[in-house]
Amino acid sequence: MNIVVCLKQVPGTTEVKIDPQTNTLIRQGIENIINPFDTYAIEEGVRLKEKDGGKVTVITMGPSQAEAALRESISLGADEAVLLSDNAFRGADTRATAFTLSCAVKKLDNYDLIICGRQTIDGDTGQVGPELAEMLDVPFVAYVSRIEDIKDGYLRVKRMVEEGHEILETTLPAVITVAKEINVPRLPSLRGITKSKSAKIDTWGIQELSVDESMVGLPGSSTQVIKIFFPQRVHQAEILEGNVENQVDTLIDRLKNAGLC
Amino acid sequence: MDYFFDEQQKTIRDLARRIAEERILPVRAELDEKEEFPWDIVKDLAAADMFRVFVPEEYEGLGGGCLELCLVVEELSRVCSGVAVTYAASALGCMTLMEYGTDEQKKKFLPDIASGKKLTAFAITEPTAGSDAGNIKTTAEKVEGGYLLNGTKQFITNGGEAEIYTAIALTDKSKGARGASAIIVEKDTPGFTFGKKEKKLGIRTSATRELVFKNCLVPEENLLGKPGLGFIQAMRLFDRSRPGIGAQAVGLAQGALEAATDYAQQRVQFDQPLITMPVVQNMLADMDIQVEAARALVYSAARYVDSGAKNVTEESAMAKVFASDAAMKVTVDAVQICGGSGYMRDYPVEKMMRDAKILQIYEGTNQILRHAIAINLRKRKARTA
Repeated sequence: MNIVVCLKQVPGTTEVKIDPQTNTLIRQGIENIINPFDTYAIEEGVRLKEKDGGKVTVITMGPSQAEAALRESISLGADEAVLLSDNAFRGADTRATAFTLSCAVKKLDNYDLIICGRQTIDGDTGQVGPELAEMLDVPFVAYVSRIEDIKDGYLRVKRMVEEGHEILETTLPAVITVAKEINVPRLPSLRGITKSKSAKIDTWGIQELSVDESMVGLPGSSTQVIKIFFPQRVHQAEILEGNVENQVDTLIDRLKNAGLC
Repeated sequence: MDYFFDEQQKTIRDLARRIAEERILPVRAELDEKEEFPWDIVKDLAAADMFRVFVPEEYEGLGGGCLELCLVVEELSRVCSGVAVTYAASALGCMTLMEYGTDEQKKKFLPDIASGKKLTAFAITEPTAGSDAGNIKTTAEKVEGGYLLNGTKQFITNGGEAEIYTAIALTDKSKGARGASAIIVEKDTPGFTFGKKEKKLGIRTSATRELVFKNCLVPEENLLGKPGLGFIQAMRLFDRSRPGIGAQAVGLAQGALEAATDYAQQRVQFDQPLITMPVVQNMLADMDIQVEAARALVYSAARYVDSGAKNVTEESAMAKVFASDAAMKVTVDAVQICGGSGYMRDYPVEKMMRDAKILQIYEGTNQILRHAIAINLRKRKARTA
């Protein structure tokens, strides 16, 4: 079984600051980690490999320092890693990201299952997984909480839905996103860490992927972040005076004026 | 302080710390309360290759020495000394094999020990043989097909949980300690059963149990080294393992120091945090000094052991005695700083104080080790006289 795991390196905190000039995250001084949801994807891929054989390839798109996330994945049991890094990839939204990942997966040629985390903790969109499936034109299942059965060309999974679970069957290849209920990710091993330090990691840019600049990064994005801001929290309280009837009338007037009724 | 570790040593230390914080910390109070053997954590340690650290590379280990072992033990003990001793005892239980075993014996046992599939234990103590370790009564009579073991071992760490035991028994009763030999006994050998499981003051997640041998036939090929050298092998083993107990003490004391510092920073009395009060500052500073001095001595002793030095009795005894006395004092003071809260089981320091006491007792009481140090002093004096 050839398994591909897509992951993202994210800031290891939820208290990020935003540069008001560029509307981008200030990454200086913040430790980067593998997106926590993606660690379940890596673990599931490695478990499938340990059970049935095959290999796990991890892919990430990001700046050169994202290589650290790939090396960590290798210390956790992944076999191969590809870094998608190119100035042309900058400013990508989920669509451009999914497109770039899809080109990389096609270049890998032979895969049975792609596993992604359900969403990232920085962007929180949860869109890259399904978009990737769409671009590869393969089936997609989200929020998988258990892989019930997997064999040549066939996958049976349990997925979480709002009020319970669904059991779904699909053909392979396919893309799934996994929920944290699926496993408990392992810690790295000493031998894994040693291996990861010397592992060869390929870096692919637009040339290696044979894609046009207009398809990736900011030009290839359908959406663009215009502004990022923290919502202003304004707490105001007012005690209405008068008897109950007056208070009700005043309240209704206020609500009407505020356009709330 | 920077002790100038190499990359591999730093990797070992950092990963051990991560396991301690992510896997042990959330369950340590429960493990202590229920006195349950920490099998889940043993599995985590195994998966992280921690049992490979002290095994030579040719037997699927990572080829680390006493210092690497100390780094793991210290980090585990910083969070839970009971887990730390479980791990350390598995190193102790195979050190005689690593030092005196034949290639065949090592090939048979070490790979499963390195992978963490099998835990080990070392068994010398008996009801009549504590500090007087030469006074053991367990016999290993040479018979056709091997050695017939009879006797009882007491207070054996990892007893009942380990698969591989190194026992010291008399192959020649008439010679006393000079007739003792080291023999490997596997769990499930007929005639080998487990007696009382001890209820302890501290390190309660670790298993401490009696081993009972009744006409237990062990194959001849399980004898380690030459017959009659068991007592000397055991004494040599402890000389090399004692820095590990020192590391356990350093980790434990470090954990207590951190807990007391956190508390002193948060706790406000008379409108000021405790840590701003000179009387508390003095206590914390003394604790810090003790911990760092103990750490420096333990690392030095461990490095001395790893250097291949012939006689390390004095140095390793010093490291164990100093560090364990420091751990006792530091944990008592940590409870004192945390006051009424520190005495309660909701806070970790009372457990640390209970855990510390054994460090002054096992692998040679601090009294018997001071005696050993004094003997060396007299020998040196005699040589220079």
